Amino acid sequence: MRVRDVVRLSWGTLIRTRLRTVMLLLATAIGVAAVVMLTSLGEAARRYVTAEFSSLGTNLIIVLPGRSETSGSGLTLLAGQTPRDLTVRDAIALERISAIDKVAPVVLGAASVQWGGLEREVPVFGSTASFLEIRNWSMERGQFLPPGDPERPSSVAVLGMKLKAELFGDTPAIGEWIRIGDRRFRVIGLLATEGRTIGIDVQDVAIIPVASAQQLFNTESLFRIITSTHSREDMERARDEIRRVITERHQGEEDITAVTQDAVLATFDRIFGALTLALAGIAAISLAVAGILIMNVMLVAVSQRTAEIGLLKALGAARRQIMTLFLAEAIMLSFIGAMAGLLVGQGGSWMIGRLYPVLPLGPPAWAPIAAVAIAVTSGVVFGILPARRAAALDPVEALAGR
Amino acid sequence: MIELAQVHRVFQVGDQEVHALDGVDLTIAAGEYVSLMGPSGSGKSTLLNIIGLLDRPTAGTYRLNGRDTTTLSDDEQARARSENIGFVFQFFHLVPRLTAAENVELPLVLAGRAPVDRRPMVETAIDQMGLNERAHHRPDQLSGGERQRVAIARATVMRPGVLLADEPTGNLDTTTGKEVVQIIEALHTAGMAVIVVTHDPQIGGRAERSLTMMDGRLVEDVRRRA
Repeated sequence: MRVRDVVRLSWGTLIRTRLRTVMLLLATAIGVAAVVMLTSLGEAARRYVTAEFSSLGTNLIIVLPGRSETSGSGLTLLAGQTPRDLTVRDAIALERISAIDKVAPVVLGAASVQWGGLEREVPVFGSTASFLEIRNWSMERGQFLPPGDPERPSSVAVLGMKLKAELFGDTPAIGEWIRIGDRRFRVIGLLATEGRTIGIDVQDVAIIPVASAQQLFNTESLFRIITSTHSREDMERARDEIRRVITERHQGEEDITAVTQDAVLATFDRIFGALTLALAGIAAISLAVAGILIMNVMLVAVSQRTAEIGLLKALGAARRQIMTLFLAEAIMLSFIGAMAGLLVGQGGSWMIGRLYPVLPLGPPAWAPIAAVAIAVTSGVVFGILPARRAAALDPVEALAGR
Repeated sequence: MIELAQVHRVFQVGDQEVHALDGVDLTIAAGEYVSLMGPSGSGKSTLLNIIGLLDRPTAGTYRLNGRDTTTLSDDEQARARSENIGFVFQFFHLVPRLTAAENVELPLVLAGRAPVDRRPMVETAIDQMGLNERAHHRPDQLSGGERQRVAIARATVMRPGVLLADEPTGNLDTTTGKEVVQIIEALHTAGMAVIVVTHDPQIGGRAERSLTMMDGRLVEDVRRRA
């Protein structure tokens, strides 16, 4: 039998059992579309988070108070020790490490910002001049925090654009005195609108010198210290040095966690990669279900077409040919269904991308290929049993309709 | 052309063995016109199926054109069937999804003939049966006689040496039945061996050679001069 004839015969059967065909195509298409769309979402989440981290700046090492235990004892917990605070002096000490380029101590709190009778509660960062460069932000107007002794408070503030707009409207803000918490600050600059940091909108923050923030929130301790190295190669060395310096300063207790950006990124990459795979796996189950459906319907087709199979044998069809015909039907069903599913999946991803432009949608390259491969494979695997059953029919009994 | 020697066919029905064929010896020459009669359950259909290679004997030998068929593989058997044997059934057995012409084309498709070769063969077969006008109709748009003629066109499109007809008129009225018999006899006149299984002694009596079966044995073999 010629391939073209096999396709033509199977195609003829498919279009003349239209409802059945459409149902099966739908089942496969939904499975494939689910794989494409769910992996699109997983991949989008991964890309989104990766992009967010990259926007934090490059070659960053973030120093957090407290030790995240990766090994050894929970003894410190049992002993009831709390980690020592990170202080501005710790930050100053880190500046002396040769591998380190910039250091920005960060205090974070929430406070109300007032001007002319209007008031808003926003996140308030306390930091130093280095913060701007480390964070990869830029200024819309005016200046950022001036360089100087980080231990000396100073009554200046930098505002995000949204905060500025809500308090001042179109009135120029620079030079105005505002109230943050119970203290007065003079606005010296406005942050440019681009740039985000995880969870916090750059447009809706106020930034004041770190010492002022410590007074404002009545605390000695830092939220964290962000450092940047001169180059990527310095990262390892810088991290070891940071641990050494802080341990020295904290009476031999290594009670900080120094996280490189790469490590965080790699972790998130792994988490979201696994998430995407899990989503793909769940969606793939629907493909297996579609395959079983195909098998079921093909088995029904075999019993409905028993007489026809007997006839084909009487007309000179070998077992192999009968198998080929039934398998071809199953494969065509799953293949066409997979193609339809790809279109629907891509269309769906595009729609979601329209609704949520922030998400960089698009399935990972392997997903559509894997989806189609699984669909067609399930067509073959689940098509084999009915095809074998058809081929094994005894022509005499089949013709007699028994 | 067809040589059966001591052919037995035993069916297992429950724990009983049924001897559908019980030592049949039969030789049919090329171009013969044979009728096969006998009561229900006498084994005539089983014999026809074995001659048509749809069934295998439990014991004995069957030589088709001098070749022992009992040792053929499934593929070889299918090819032997395709090249040598045409089947016509009581219930026509047309594929309902295919048009008359497509039904006639089926054996050629299964045999892997090229589309260019198939077209003239199908046209000739359809033309011989006087079905030109009905070639693109589906079976459900055809009358019983037309359906059987499509089936005969399909059985003969490969130009087999033997036409096996199992009650070809059993599902037709007398007039169309007579037409179908005439068509089959015309094929015999053109040189094809014809074996007709029938209940109808009138039809059976028209053949040059009449075989009668009883309980799995050939009990009568009458030849007349046409």
